[in-house]
Amino acid sequence: MPCIGPDGTLTESAKALLKLVEHPSAPEDIAARLGHPLFLVRASLRELVGADLVRAEGGKYWISDQGREKLQSA
Amino acid sequence: MTEQVQQTPSLPRLGSPAPQFEAVTTHGTLKLEDFKGSWLVMFSHPADFTPVCTTEFVAFAKIHPKLRELNCELMGLSIDSVYSHIAWMRNIEEKLGQKITFPVIADLDRQVATLYGMVMPGESKTETSRCVFIIDDKQILRAMIYYPLTTGRNMDEILRVIQALQTSDKHGVATPANWHPGDKVIVPPAKTQEMAEQRMTDKTVECKDWYFCMKELK
Repeated sequence: MPCIGPDGTLTESAKALLKLVEHPSAPEDIAARLGHPLFLVRASLRELVGADLVRAEGGKYWISDQGREKLQSA
Repeated sequence: MTEQVQQTPSLPRLGSPAPQFEAVTTHGTLKLEDFKGSWLVMFSHPADFTPVCTTEFVAFAKIHPKLRELNCELMGLSIDSVYSHIAWMRNIEEKLGQKITFPVIADLDRQVATLYGMVMPGESKTETSRCVFIIDDKQILRAMIYYPLTTGRNMDEILRVIQALQTSDKHGVATPANWHPGDKVIVPPAKTQEMAEQRMTDKTVECKDWYFCMKELK
């Protein structure tokens, strides 16, 4: 699900996802908590990692400082 | 004299890994690998804003919840832009009252259509035919169904094939013609003479002969 609009703003689904990854989480857990299909969560996380808004390691994802700032200013 | 070599892409084969791709869709950029762990019905349609395709999209959307119950996702494809897809999805919802809940690939560069052999030049050089690819949770291509441009697909058959494949995987059996969930299944034929003799005395299966035995699933 696209997370960042052409003007750089976060979509509502991206905001919901960023709020959920305050602590390292697996895509499966995120999908279950958001009620979204796993394939969409994987694609969203890939986009957010590419934008440096989320960090990833060992199959877990968490919000970056940049992501936190973006979320607060949204 | 220059020799021209025409490269024909090798088409996907049943039982082989489904060709991987990354594509722009109505749900953002998706990779096939994003669907790992779920089954996937990937289908192509000739073009947006055409009548047979519209009936199919409504029908696919109606079976989407049932597919989800089978741990199966759904994704469409045509050689149209994502803007055309979005406009058509909104038109279907407005005019026919059906929300389209699955992603649709905008395959303008024909990357996925070529990879999967979805264009049938004998029918149309510019449109994808009505192809259905059933990919399992390990991303193995398990079934392919092709329909011509004129003929809308049968959703019950697509559901039935997925249910049959999942039943075969779970129970190590095959399914007979016109099988539906709840019907008797086919026990794989005996492979040795000893096994054939044992099969004929096996009280848990119903045999017409040693090679043709059926049973009920419990």
